[in-house]
Amino acid sequence: MKKEFNITIFSENSIGLLNRITINFTRRKINIESLTVSASAYQGISKFIIVVNDTEERVQRVVAQLDKLVDVLKAYYNTNESLIYQEIALYKVPSEYLLNGNNVVETLVRESGARILEINNQYAVIEKTGHTDETQALFAKLSKDFNCTQFVRSGRIAITRSPVEKLSVFLKERDAMLSQIED
Amino acid sequence: MVKSVTGSQAVILSLLEEGIDTIFGYPGGAIMPIYDALYDYQDKITHILTRHEQGAVHAAEGYAKVSGKAGVCFATSGPGATNLITGIADAMIDSVPLVCITGQVASPMLGTDAFQESDVVGISMPVTKWNYQVTCADEIPEAIAKAFYIAQSGRPGPVLLDIAKDAQFQKIDAFCYKKCRKIRSYIPEYPVEPTQTGNIKSAAAIIDAAQKPMVLLGQGVIQAQAEAELQAFIEKTGIPAAWTLLGLSALPTDHPLNVGMLGMHGNYGPNIKTNEADLLIAIGMRFDDRVTSDVKSYARHARIIHLEIDPSEINKIVKTDVAVLGNVKKTLPLLTAAVHKNSHDAWLAEFRACDKIEFDSVISKDLHPAKDGLTMGEVVRMVSEMTHDDAILVTDVGQQQMVAARYFRFRRSRSCVTSGGLGTMGYGLPAAIGAQLAAPDRTVVVFVGDGGFQMTVQELGTMVQNKLPIKIILLNNNFLGMVRQWQELFFDKRYSFTELQNPNFVMIANGFGMDAHKVSHRDELVEGVRRMLEHDGPYLLDAIVEKEDNVFPMVPAGASVSDILLDNSSIK
Repeated sequence: MKKEFNITIFSENSIGLLNRITINFTRRKINIESLTVSASAYQGISKFIIVVNDTEERVQRVVAQLDKLVDVLKAYYNTNESLIYQEIALYKVPSEYLLNGNNVVETLVRESGARILEINNQYAVIEKTGHTDETQALFAKLSKDFNCTQFVRSGRIAITRSPVEKLSVFLKERDAMLSQIED
Repeated sequence: MVKSVTGSQAVILSLLEEGIDTIFGYPGGAIMPIYDALYDYQDKITHILTRHEQGAVHAAEGYAKVSGKAGVCFATSGPGATNLITGIADAMIDSVPLVCITGQVASPMLGTDAFQESDVVGISMPVTKWNYQVTCADEIPEAIAKAFYIAQSGRPGPVLLDIAKDAQFQKIDAFCYKKCRKIRSYIPEYPVEPTQTGNIKSAAAIIDAAQKPMVLLGQGVIQAQAEAELQAFIEKTGIPAAWTLLGLSALPTDHPLNVGMLGMHGNYGPNIKTNEADLLIAIGMRFDDRVTSDVKSYARHARIIHLEIDPSEINKIVKTDVAVLGNVKKTLPLLTAAVHKNSHDAWLAEFRACDKIEFDSVISKDLHPAKDGLTMGEVVRMVSEMTHDDAILVTDVGQQQMVAARYFRFRRSRSCVTSGGLGTMGYGLPAAIGAQLAAPDRTVVVFVGDGGFQMTVQELGTMVQNKLPIKIILLNNNFLGMVRQWQELFFDKRYSFTELQNPNFVMIANGFGMDAHKVSHRDELVEGVRRMLEHDGPYLLDAIVEKEDNVFPMVPAGASVSDILLDNSSIK
């Protein structure tokens, strides 16, 4: 059965690696629903979070292929339930809806756990973090009643529910393994 | 050694540091500085100028398979680099260690659609284990060291270094080479102890309890140089062993426990018995679909133990009961020590009974035909016998490949060079060049069909120019034989574009300066093969074989391995 999986990859920060990673999805015709890459807590190590919708068996196989890429330190996958995750969304709304004195937009923003980032005499920019369905729901409301003119959503960032950071454990083991090899 | 050199000289010096004495290649604009540097090292490095870059990369593959070391090839940017791709893809799927070095346009011109610019790093990414673009001479020694380490360690594979022309000209103040021994993000093989100790114990218990066990041995045994360890394991346990196409020659053909080849055109016994076995012990093989055929009905009664260096192969195709990860050179002796001495004589006798069935219905017709025309099988067996079963066999792809795999016999390892995973027609002639250079003292025979021969025929020139005494046996049936066989069996004999109007192959060979001879009758065969083998230099034997012979046994696509056919009587 297909469901959403979060693939996490820790890698060296090398040119072309993104291509090498995405090839593994392309050749199996797995669509990438979202992708976030940035520096991890460890200097020089990048962290990818890739969201896909597929069967666990296929996800397992693609993760095994990613894990063996030369520049990849570690790849693994999680279900949504085992992660705390967020996406960030920005919305642009004409400022007339906020300046008309009835506070409807401000109330909606507050109730949605969003905030107003910037406002000028033409438009306001609203920011909300949350899951896709939450940011989507706010977009639906803002576009229905307040002529939301722009909407953008980031890829996912996620943190595991486990009390230890897997990568720190992994890096310790890897250092121990490498120190046994002579230069 | 510390001295100021150019980037190009650094390339050559680095290759010498890696012990490279043979390079296959083809020069062109963007790699000219490297070729200029090579000019000064002709006493240390043999460069083989092939007639096409595809020839260079297949030759490097043949060299790697026979020598066990990485094959090295050079090509220029653009079309030179793209012509390597087929061979690199072939090496990737067959885990052949290659270091391919391509020239690239000067770094300020990258991305400008410069003359002979192609994004070879991008193009080769899906078919390389690793690749890297060098734009600065200082990076060269380290990049080459990394390339060899990655290509040759763990599960081997091809790597590509793309070196911009300006980097080839640049000076390095101090050339210093340090072999690469580790990369933080890459563990080529995991240490066996203690992580695999428990798995080895579980595997041993299953092996000891098995009634009908079978070993499936693959190329991993050869690449790990674990032939002796394999033999010790099967001899202690008495387990019959079948080889995959790429596992050929890992055991002597006549080893009492060798029960032949797995797969679509493999032997009857190992295919039938796969579905009766209660245990499969897969050693350095990857359950290719040509071996398993229909996976759902594959080995349903068997538990599976998989000894494998690449963790991503575990459970990829077939669900494994016990996986033993690591280099089989290390894991096999531990497993051998953990199992009890045993024998499976009655079970082995069942394989031999299958051999009898296969002999009566297939092999006797191939080797002792009643009809007039030559069969591919009798030519192959004749060449094998007349080389005392000790030649290096190279094949192209198609019917002759399967027939050669079935009827050629081996005494020692690293004696079979064939394109397995990719099935690359045109592989045979250039791969034989590499094989002969890796083993100059051995007889190299290459079987090729009239289709594949014409895909890389220009490499005859390379053989002649370099005086390589390769013996080419053209099994000539005037057809793209394997496709024709499928058309006959599965497409109502609609021979859609498989018949060839061929040239006079003897004249073609003669035109290249190669001796050649044609045989078409049985009574000429011994003499023809003898003349070929006694000839001092490359030789083409054009053997005219039956036009519409089929390769049997055969597991039809999508069928279960136990539904293997001995003839076409059950195909409508």
